[in-house]
Amino acid sequence: MRALTWHGKHDVRMDTVPDPQIVNPRDAIIEVTSTAICGSDLHLYDAVIPGLQGGDILGHEFMGRVVETGPKSTLKTGQRVVVPFTISCGSCFFCKATLFSACDNANPVETQEASELLYGHAVGGLFGYSHMTGGYPGGQAEYVRVPYSDVGPIVVPDGVPDEDVLFLSDILPTGWMAAENCDIMPGDSVAVWGCGPVGLFAVQSALLMGAGRVIAIDHHPNRLALARGLGADIIDYTQTHVLEALMEMTGGMGPDAVIDAVGMESHGMAPDNLMDAAKQKVGIGADRAHALRMALMAVRKGGRVSIPGVYGGMADKFPLGALMEKGLQVRSGQTHVQRYGTRLLDMIMEGKIDTTFLISHRLSLEEAPRGYRNFAENQNDWTKVVLTP
Amino acid sequence: MTDRRSDLFPILGVAVLALGVVGVARLMTPGPRHPADSAPGRTAKRLQFGGYQVTGRTVTIDAPRDRIHAMWRDPKQLALFMQDLVAIEGTPDRPIWVIDGGHGPFRIETRLVEDRAGESLAWRSVEGADFQIEAKIRLRDAPAGRGTEVEAHVAYVPPYGLLGHWAAKLRGLDPKARGRQELKRLKMLLETGEIATASNQRNT
Ligand SMILES: NC(=O)c1ccc[n+]([C@@H]2O[C@H](COP(=O)([O-])OP(=O)(O)OC[C@H]3O[C@@H](n4cnc5c(N)ncnc54)[C@H](O)[C@@H]3O)[C@@H](O)[C@H]2O)c1
Ligand SMILES: [Zn+2]
Ligand SMILES: [Zn+2]
Repeated sequence: MRALTWHGKHDVRMDTVPDPQIVNPRDAIIEVTSTAICGSDLHLYDAVIPGLQGGDILGHEFMGRVVETGPKSTLKTGQRVVVPFTISCGSCFFCKATLFSACDNANPVETQEASELLYGHAVGGLFGYSHMTGGYPGGQAEYVRVPYSDVGPIVVPDGVPDEDVLFLSDILPTGWMAAENCDIMPGDSVAVWGCGPVGLFAVQSALLMGAGRVIAIDHHPNRLALARGLGADIIDYTQTHVLEALMEMTGGMGPDAVIDAVGMESHGMAPDNLMDAAKQKVGIGADRAHALRMALMAVRKGGRVSIPGVYGGMADKFPLGALMEKGLQVRSGQTHVQRYGTRLLDMIMEGKIDTTFLISHRLSLEEAPRGYRNFAENQNDWTKVVLTP
Repeated sequence: MTDRRSDLFPILGVAVLALGVVGVARLMTPGPRHPADSAPGRTAKRLQFGGYQVTGRTVTIDAPRDRIHAMWRDPKQLALFMQDLVAIEGTPDRPIWVIDGGHGPFRIETRLVEDRAGESLAWRSVEGADFQIEAKIRLRDAPAGRGTEVEAHVAYVPPYGLLGHWAAKLRGLDPKARGRQELKRLKMLLETGEIATASNQRNT
């Protein structure tokens, strides 16, 4: 089959690789009909997440048709499914607590070792990501082996266009969980750093949850315009002093909650960010945490800090004092995708959520390398890329 | 904690110090007296326990104690989660474990020295065995209905001493890593019915 493979920093290619097979009883094989490039893929493309190997198949946002099932799969050949990017067994302590991305059993034992060392505990399994999370072949391919197919995939009815439901695999529930982690009370103000797909879905979700005011921060005019289109107020951080503006826009209190939808590759020329960038370049595991630092400074006393943005290593000059002295609450994590599938599917079907407004480019899978290059280098125009094999 | 020490003593002989409470180890070191830790002995900050390397790991498995006990007594099941196990020969009371050591298999002749249904199992290498090792599995109910806490202790004399210990570690063969990986595979098998693999090809 054809698949998008990683070969090093800024080097992804279309390769011909062996078709996947059923390996374990609960597996299913999916023929991919749509797949997307995620901001998390850019961290891999930029080689700032450790643990990739040459030839790895990327992609964790995908959907398709079931073409083969293992003896213990509950799926049926021909069914259409969206596959969560988090691989979860459904029966461990964490899955039972709906902490699906923390599944204890999905990451093979050999690849659990690295994160046990780096993070104190072995992390879960993810498609098309680091070998710390298993190194599972991803979905930017014609076919994918899907483990635990009896608990993960969301079956979607025929007749619903792929684009309406594709983002149930990741960014839609990620934006939703980011807002849920803000414990929004009616009328609350929420500031969101980053107007990429995750930030945009977080804006939409926060408004649906009753936020009185959502303030979105970025520097790409097109992305800011999309946020405004959803009903957010916007701040272009290249034009405005963000911290001062947020204070003024919230009656001198600061936002009740903040969302970091930027992650470990913050843009900008702020002094802390230049230092982080230099460290990240020489590969000493430093994350560029500028947006998170700003968020911690901006949020009001006793406020909530939600971090969907991905981090992989260490950060210094971290405003720990602000966290403690202001009494903040912090929540983060890879999204517990399986927790939100049916609820969000219902909301899509009822027309309460728009999932397609952010798609800027539709390419064939063969054009994926071009998609990566532009999504990385021309973020203003390329807001979301959907690929079809 | 004291009951653990006396319980293990007859089984584990010389390695008992390592398996008792940390405080026991601390009694042997000079300096101010410390109250006995509640921590397992193997977590003590000392490298050697009378020539033995001591290691262990606890994993919570959502399955009843009897079922887990049965898995350890069934050579077919053992072969599923002990990846380096080539075969078990001998008798259930005197099993000979044939282990793939990287450079061909090696054999460890052991005696089953403890077998309490739903509670514990222990094996010890027989006198004169090539590799001196004592392994114990202990099962206890996990709190809040989480299943069973499965604890594995292993005490062994590394071939070629400390140097051999570090060499084995570097080759990924050290019993600590193997032990925790085996427990995690057992957990996968019991909780999900299969052992996770990222491979999408059956024969790799
Ligand atoms: N938690 C999860 O499960 C999960 C899931 C998907 C994505 N993510 C992560 O979420 C983050 C965003 O994903 P995305 O797909 O939207 O990525 P993206 O790269 O498309 O968007 C990031 C946006 O942040 C903006 N930005 C950069 N620096 C900024 C700053 N200092 N202040 C304000 N805005 C800034 C960029 O201009 C860009 O528009 C990434 O880190 C991604 O890995 C997490
Ligand atoms: Zn993603
Ligand atoms: Zn699980």
